[in-house]
Amino acid sequence: MSKIRVLVGTRKGAFILTSDGKREQWKISDPRFAGWEIYHLKGSPAESDRLFASQTSGWFGQMIQRSDDGGENWEPVGNEFNYDGVPGTHQWYDGTQHPWEFKRVWHLEPSPTDPDTIYAGAEDAALFKTTDGGRTWKELAGVRSAKGHLWQPGAGGMGLHTIVLDPKRPERIFIAISAAGVFRTDDAGQTWQPTNRGLKSPYEIPDPEAEVGHCVHRIAMHPSRPGVLFMQKHWDVMRSDDAGESWHEISGNLPSDFGFPIDVHANEPETIYVVPIKSDSEHFPPEGKLRVYRSRTGGNEWEALTNGLPQRDCYVNVLRDAMAVDSLDPCGIYFGTTGGQVYASADSGDTWNPIVRDLPAVLSVEVQTLP
Amino acid sequence: MIRVLLPYHLRTLARLDSEVLLEVESPPTLSAVLDALETCYPVLRGTIRDQMTGQRRPFVRFFAGKEDLSHHPPDSALPEAVASGGEPFLVIGAMAGG
Repeated sequence: MSKIRVLVGTRKGAFILTSDGKREQWKISDPRFAGWEIYHLKGSPAESDRLFASQTSGWFGQMIQRSDDGGENWEPVGNEFNYDGVPGTHQWYDGTQHPWEFKRVWHLEPSPTDPDTIYAGAEDAALFKTTDGGRTWKELAGVRSAKGHLWQPGAGGMGLHTIVLDPKRPERIFIAISAAGVFRTDDAGQTWQPTNRGLKSPYEIPDPEAEVGHCVHRIAMHPSRPGVLFMQKHWDVMRSDDAGESWHEISGNLPSDFGFPIDVHANEPETIYVVPIKSDSEHFPPEGKLRVYRSRTGGNEWEALTNGLPQRDCYVNVLRDAMAVDSLDPCGIYFGTTGGQVYASADSGDTWNPIVRDLPAVLSVEVQTLP
Repeated sequence: MIRVLLPYHLRTLARLDSEVLLEVESPPTLSAVLDALETCYPVLRGTIRDQMTGQRRPFVRFFAGKEDLSHHPPDSALPEAVASGGEPFLVIGAMAGG
């Protein structure tokens, strides 16, 4: 029977949750890197026991940790993230230009085929790549050439938080940056173009349809259809059917079109999930009810999934990297909250149960389906 | 020998359970101690001083002989009590309120 390994990054360490394919009984690990912020951890699709973690601290900076035994033992492998050449400047809050300054790694995206190749999304927004298992990192500086001087940090920081690798065209990568937008390369990271046509941000930027400056929260893709992308934006849920060339809104009947994560069912490319949050002013669920919304039609028509989720007095948030799916049938859906709960559904979202209730605030959730 | 006491999280990172003893050319300076520390424990590079600039990270402090050396120039000599090994050189994670 298959096994499931859920990798949880929190404000105060990482936790590894394991179960068999029934997904009923869970084992919770002791904290890894106790006391450190773990922005993200993710396993290599090419070597499932190889895991990478972004360990950060306001005191001691950034470290990338690697495990080669499924998370039992870890080794700090690298922490030198230098911008390529003279870093240059980006737009600052007061209208001046401000130098790029590395703060932390928000997201790690391992190559699907090479266990030594990983991409890292950083704040201030930049994309780094390692080909030696995390020991040395080189910036793919072309990203910042895509009008980087016009990017300006939002309240949450100017993080490159989403990296989507096209499984059918290895030279194509999508990335998303808070308050800058989505960008695509078709030449393995040398050159990048903004792919934000169709996004509308009337209360965020002076020109609501500007080429860059949109606060994209997350994008997701089903591996069988890499030309179709789904997006949770600061406002609006969006869809592209042409690899980001154009976007259209699919918010439909959602109770709020604000939120952070978005994900796609592993076996149904038109089934997508979001967690509506009331607004950017009140980062918690509408009416104190924690509801995942599912669309089985690729957007526009949404149903609330509530069975097993708190339907009163719930004021947690679900952050952008804190939702993931397994690849079993029926598909498992997982998400973590800022209140420290990790919820799982073993039936595509129809019913939910907490795997664990009292972790530190959850920053990220990833899932591995193991043989 | 110079005795160096690291904060909990850096001891964990470097897999140390007590203070570090470092051989440093006399007279030992602030930067010479930190250089020796990073040579012995490369995993600490970038955790105390910025990788690019070599500047002390903002929330890290250096105490020695009851003095705060955090703002002293890197080539400052350490107090005699620390240079002689009588007292440890302290790397401190600054207190954060809350």
